[in-house]
Amino acid sequence: MSTNGYESWAIDLGNVGAIYPFQGGEVILVILGLVFWIAWHVIQFRQEKADIEYDMEHENDPEAVRRALERY
Amino acid sequence: MDSNLGALTIVFTEFYYWVTVVFMFLIHVGFCVYEVASSRRRNHLHTLMKNVMLIPLVTITFFFFGWWIYFAFQNGPWITGGLISAPFAEPWSPLMSTHLSGASPHLGVEAADAEGWHRINGVFWAAFLLFSWTAASIVSGSVIERIRSGAFWILAVVIGSFAWIVDAAWGWSAEGWMVRLLGYHDAYASGVIHAIAGGFALGVLVVLGPRLGKFDADGNPRPIPPHNPWFACLGLFLIYTGFWGFYAACNVPIISPEDIGGLIEGETWTATNIYLGPTTLSAITFNFLMSLSGGLLAAYLVSKGDPFWTFSGGLAGIIAASAGNDLYHPIQSMLIGAVGAIVAFRMHHWVERRFKIDDAVGAVAVHGYAGFFGVVICGFMLWGVPSSPYEGFATISPWGQFAGAIIMFFVLGFLPGWIVAKILNAFDLLRIPRAVELIGLDFSSEEAQAQAIADVRTAEAAMLRR
Repeated sequence: MSTNGYESWAIDLGNVGAIYPFQGGEVILVILGLVFWIAWHVIQFRQEKADIEYDMEHENDPEAVRRALERY
Repeated sequence: MDSNLGALTIVFTEFYYWVTVVFMFLIHVGFCVYEVASSRRRNHLHTLMKNVMLIPLVTITFFFFGWWIYFAFQNGPWITGGLISAPFAEPWSPLMSTHLSGASPHLGVEAADAEGWHRINGVFWAAFLLFSWTAASIVSGSVIERIRSGAFWILAVVIGSFAWIVDAAWGWSAEGWMVRLLGYHDAYASGVIHAIAGGFALGVLVVLGPRLGKFDADGNPRPIPPHNPWFACLGLFLIYTGFWGFYAACNVPIISPEDIGGLIEGETWTATNIYLGPTTLSAITFNFLMSLSGGLLAAYLVSKGDPFWTFSGGLAGIIAASAGNDLYHPIQSMLIGAVGAIVAFRMHHWVERRFKIDDAVGAVAVHGYAGFFGVVICGFMLWGVPSSPYEGFATISPWGQFAGAIIMFFVLGFLPGWIVAKILNAFDLLRIPRAVELIGLDFSSEEAQAQAIADVRTAEAAMLRR
């Protein structure tokens, strides 16, 4: 048993193609990758929204605004 | 060089490793930038010098004995055999110097000894040397602002010219005993550089103790912010850049079936990993970029966009996938990189709270825990794949990889770090005094600079009055 189908490297490499593990699962991998990508954007938007809401809470705090402007 | 093709291969190989050394310099520029930026301003020059001076110290000791250890210790020794003779790596050998392809019989170098080694010895030594610097630099960041420079430089020689090169002899060579008996596979050094250096750093940190003020009266950690956060990120970005050289240097660029002891059949020449198993530069280019991306994306979310941890997570991602990046599918690399970054982030903060370990830059996590994870996950992903073209070697397996990870992180990493730190501490050589830590390591140079500036200003003011 070998996850990439090869049990020996003492072979003619001229006859060897794919050498990654779990060959045949490429479509599943692409689906997993796409899910990871889309999920990242969804989570990121939620985190960014929370950051913006925190900043907006200080909009009417003149001292906080003054400090922020002095920091440049 | 007995044929034009052979000559061309050797010269190409020589040039290839030379280029990787130049790229790997950027890793050390990056380490300097990120460590200096992570320190408080009152320590920044000492931090810089502490990191920079490991370069000459590891270089000369690697010349004196490190390179020889790599070849001599592949059997343990006394695990699968005795010490292996490596006259071309002894520091007094004419082949450890400027030597052409002919024999030097008056110096004991015969024609067969000179062939090949006269060309690649220096560049091969240098490629391994840059890995040695990396092992020591990884430790350097975690101990900033309270370790004595002299103590760190002793530790740097131990990890850079001894511990890591023993682990390379054992598990990062074509015939090392860990490859033979455990099927240990670690193509881009998740364990042999990163886990061992992270473990070594942890061993030192346990003895060194935290910086003053790191933990409050209740034992809760306080962040000690870097004096230049964006430069710390830039330093990590430079490390990514240098890492390309590291990856290329881990490969053998081209080799014929004859040069792999005739084990590989046919006539196809190939690039290989250090174990002489097949891979391509294209494959590792895919996988480097995808594992970096997985790490960056995961770390950004888990750290809620913290710049330092996002960049650190990118590095952890590459490190986590490195053990098997010669063979993984790129999307597998991406997902492993993402998990590795999360492991690093979560473990760093858990160990900090639970055990009161002050790792100033997260090096134990990014390198140690992510590296450990990377070695272990490789055992599952590449289960049953041959570790080598040599007959009779064990195949890759979860238990072989787990045993390897333990050897790297604890046996050759944590334990020597802890022991040497304990010895240095017993002689009161490990840590700077409390008063010096409070006023800063750069106190005297800052005072001298302030005085010099005042003197120049006084002189300039006098010139204006004339």
